[in-house]
Amino acid sequence: MTWVADHIGDILWYAGQHTLLAGIPLIIGLIIALPLGWVARRYSKLYGFLIAGSGLLYTIPSLALFILMPLILGTRILDTLNVYVAMTLYTLALLVRTVADGLGAVPDSTRQAAVAMGFTGMRRLLKVDLPLAVPVIAAGLRVAAVSNVSIVSVASLVGFPQLGYYLTDGYQRTFPTEIIVGIVGCVLLALIFDTVIRAGAWAITPWQRVAR
Amino acid sequence: MLNSIGGWLTDPAHWTGPNGIPQRVLEHLIYSGISLVIAALIAIPLGVIVGHSGRAKWTVSLANSLRAVPSLGLLFAVALWLGPKIASSLAYVIPSVIVLVLLAVPPILSGTYAGIQGVDPAARDAAKGMGMRGGEVLRKVELPCALPLLLSGVRSATLQVIATATIAASISLGGLGRYLIDGLSVSDYAEMASGAILVAALALVMDGILSIVQRTAVSPGLTGKFRNTRDNPPVVTTTARGDASDPASPTDRADDQREALV
Repeated sequence: MTWVADHIGDILWYAGQHTLLAGIPLIIGLIIALPLGWVARRYSKLYGFLIAGSGLLYTIPSLALFILMPLILGTRILDTLNVYVAMTLYTLALLVRTVADGLGAVPDSTRQAAVAMGFTGMRRLLKVDLPLAVPVIAAGLRVAAVSNVSIVSVASLVGFPQLGYYLTDGYQRTFPTEIIVGIVGCVLLALIFDTVIRAGAWAITPWQRVAR
Repeated sequence: MLNSIGGWLTDPAHWTGPNGIPQRVLEHLIYSGISLVIAALIAIPLGVIVGHSGRAKWTVSLANSLRAVPSLGLLFAVALWLGPKIASSLAYVIPSVIVLVLLAVPPILSGTYAGIQGVDPAARDAAKGMGMRGGEVLRKVELPCALPLLLSGVRSATLQVIATATIAASISLGGLGRYLIDGLSVSDYAEMASGAILVAALALVMDGILSIVQRTAVSPGLTGKFRNTRDNPPVVTTTARGDASDPASPTDRADDQREALV
């Protein structure tokens, strides 16, 4: 515990880096996944293609993707952009399907009622379909957040500083305390992400509270 | 850069010996295969029991919460803890396999559990009504019905295991991860990238094979193909009749023409 107290500044800095590397791709991924998921739902011919394509991304092991990023982006091996782009791809892989399924789960009667009330096109999507899909999308976002936090730690093998640093360093120096700090830090961070997403979804879906 | 990777991959020296690509692929498949078999032996019976009885659901949530633990941390922690206790060449293999099993259990367990739990109670009742006993109901009705979810659990476990077996090269395990970790330590980008391409290819191929297995192993009664033909017999017969009359029409026309000629 004294080790933790002595290094609390460093730990928080690494945790901050970890939050950025896992969190920013989560937000960008969600922003890209919303239109893609909508397209997948709207044009049924594209559904299979988009879902299979994004699923394929998730198949590629993280360490391999981090290493292959410079080849695709033309960046240097230690450019943080590699991690951001790789994590965004993983987020997309999970969220495109979630958004498509969430929009698809909106009851037909609700949709017809909205049409009857004069909601058309974009306005119906933003005011009716999307809000009703929030619980499903939030569930997918929670899975993506937890998986992002775990995957980002792998980037420490390539040399990107975040909480995973404590894992590799602790192993190399045979210092279990550091590994425990790394693991506990990652789990706590995942928990924080999870709580924030749940709170956010709760705040923007007041009707869910009335119903139960 | 692409040239150097192409050069690395096609260099005959990289295709033979203990550090050759075939040997590394084989190692990767063996470690992954052993871990998946052990995980399946634990997770499938457990998932069946929990899903069937509805008791001890905490095992599923416990296994799921294990997913928040970073695999890299789990790997290093187990290696540091067990490694010194095993005084043989297996010092790196056993901790790695343990971690791979720990990572493969949750997806298979929750897939099996969800599959068994989601079996239509009517199907279960029908099976009992037909005189099946508990074990028979399980083998002939519940497991086949649970198969789609069970197999998708196995599929995601396989991807997880192949990815983590790559990372396990950092605790000296063999397999394709060696190229990534060794290349990284000597800044040989061609080696790293070649290894990364090979790992990605292996993962894609395994996923493809499993998706074919999923498609062929699942009963046609569940995929909907069977139901379509049964539910709409009139549609089938009309198209069949239409098809039959189509080839006949040219001959009819030919007859007409002949008549016209005559």
